Amino acid sequence: MFYYLSQTVKKSYILAEMEVRKLLHDPTELISRAIQPILWLGIFGEALSKVRAIPTPGLTYLQFIAPGILTQSVVFVAIFYGLYIIMDRDTGILQKMLVTPTPRVALVWGRMLSAGVRGLSQALIVFIFSLILGIHLNVTVISIVGVFLIVMLGASFFTGLSMIIASIVKTRERFMGIGQVITLPLFFASNAIYPISIMPAWLRVVATVNPLSYMVDGLRTLMLTGSFSGVGIDLVILAVVALVVSIISAWMYPKVVI
Amino acid sequence: MRSGFPFYICFLPLSLFEHTSRCGARKIICFCYNKNMLEESLEESKENSLIEVSNLTKKFKDFTAVNNISFNVKQGEIFGFLGPNGAGKSTTIKMLITLLVPTSGKADVDGHDIVHDSSKVRKTIGYVSQMISVDGTLTAYENLMLMARLYDITPKAERVKRIHETLSFLNLEDHANSLVRTFSGGMIRKMEVGQAMLHRPKVLFLDEPTTGLDPVAQQSVWEHLFKLRDTMGTTIFFSTHNMEEADKVSDRVAIINEGKIAIIGTPEEIKAKTGKPNSNLEDAFIFFTGNKLQDKSNFREIRRNRRTEQRLG
Repeated sequence: MFYYLSQTVKKSYILAEMEVRKLLHDPTELISRAIQPILWLGIFGEALSKVRAIPTPGLTYLQFIAPGILTQSVVFVAIFYGLYIIMDRDTGILQKMLVTPTPRVALVWGRMLSAGVRGLSQALIVFIFSLILGIHLNVTVISIVGVFLIVMLGASFFTGLSMIIASIVKTRERFMGIGQVITLPLFFASNAIYPISIMPAWLRVVATVNPLSYMVDGLRTLMLTGSFSGVGIDLVILAVVALVVSIISAWMYPKVVI
Repeated sequence: MRSGFPFYICFLPLSLFEHTSRCGARKIICFCYNKNMLEESLEESKENSLIEVSNLTKKFKDFTAVNNISFNVKQGEIFGFLGPNGAGKSTTIKMLITLLVPTSGKADVDGHDIVHDSSKVRKTIGYVSQMISVDGTLTAYENLMLMARLYDITPKAERVKRIHETLSFLNLEDHANSLVRTFSGGMIRKMEVGQAMLHRPKVLFLDEPTTGLDPVAQQSVWEHLFKLRDTMGTTIFFSTHNMEEADKVSDRVAIINEGKIAIIGTPEEIKAKTGKPNSNLEDAFIFFTGNKLQDKSNFREIRRNRRTEQRLG
């Protein structure tokens, strides 16, 4: 049992390291991914903060959405990770990995970790761009560690979810369709760009069960107030859902080879 | 259970086969025409066989991809699995490499059951898929390092040593730090063989290893596979739809059609059994299956094959 767990952790790390090496060989992806959060903050955020249509007590609107935009960009990176399984299946890499004595869960965790690393690069972009726009964020050691954890866990959850979807739909075309269909509802049915308090009752229910809301909530507390209150619950919820999806997806995706 | 079992399947008592070589003379074979003799010969051949398959069947819903096949592969043998697309070759390989669970029947690789001992089987085998499984966005060295670490080759000095040995074995030392996407088709296939041999497997499974390669690259890949067999005694199990290739490189061939094995033997035996002089394996295929070569592949398989060919070309 302990052997299995240590093997899983070790192999996950190896797989994630290879993903990072790929990024280092060709970092253009990191640059193109930086554009979306910049547009959301720079255009959408600036425009809405002029209108003052959304009540954000004690905060400027830009302050309010910066954690939301970070969450969104991390989630959008992670939610398309299932596509890699489908691509790996079409190229034969997936079959080869499944034939090695690597624990199945490690193949999922490796992907989750690498999505987390990509997510952290997004966090860096959001922090830097916030600084340029003059958005005041709370930067302490605690808040950085907290942001790191929440980004890794959130990215893991959405990567696992995405891998489950990929295991079910199996083709690129269907996956792209479903990816498009779920990303925006996930984003809009959360507290990312407006507070839950202004939502109609039914949407509040959706937003409360949406794990994306817990990411935003945790990040908002850490990045704006600098306090840790309530962040523990967000972390626990994210860790639990990430663990659950990783187990389901480790069970489901070896069946994709058929 | 045995009804419809093709009794012309013959098994070779291995005692007659102290030594076979690719171009050497083959000894006489013994044909078994009834159940008892068949089982006796199976018992006998288990002596030094590395892969033992008995009554293996795989059904997908109401389609039977592999229908009650039995055969053995000996240590150090180059065994060709020959048949048209859609005959059940890939399905059989996927069962032997633990990616698919058989519907019924049993198979052992190096004495380990493919279903119950799958993790032991995975440590004993290497696999080169039909498609391109090497990662184009990593360098040759990194691709090998990934596999060396996934197979727990320790310590680090040993990993590095084996990677360098493998690169020089494949004549790829000069390209160690190039991204694999810059490689030619033959180099890509050799890289895949390299990835699959780092942990010194007892048997290497190759699914259509030369599809999409030009003749020069095909030859180079096979030269390295022969060298691997001769220096390390690695058993090589490969599938192909190319009759000429199977004839040229295999110690023994199994002709598979519509999920059943039509005949097993050395290429010479199989050709001789057709009773026609100068026949080739294609004639033998038609003789033993009563079929023309029929392409049963579906849209997805064809698209995949063409993609592989395009990328290797």
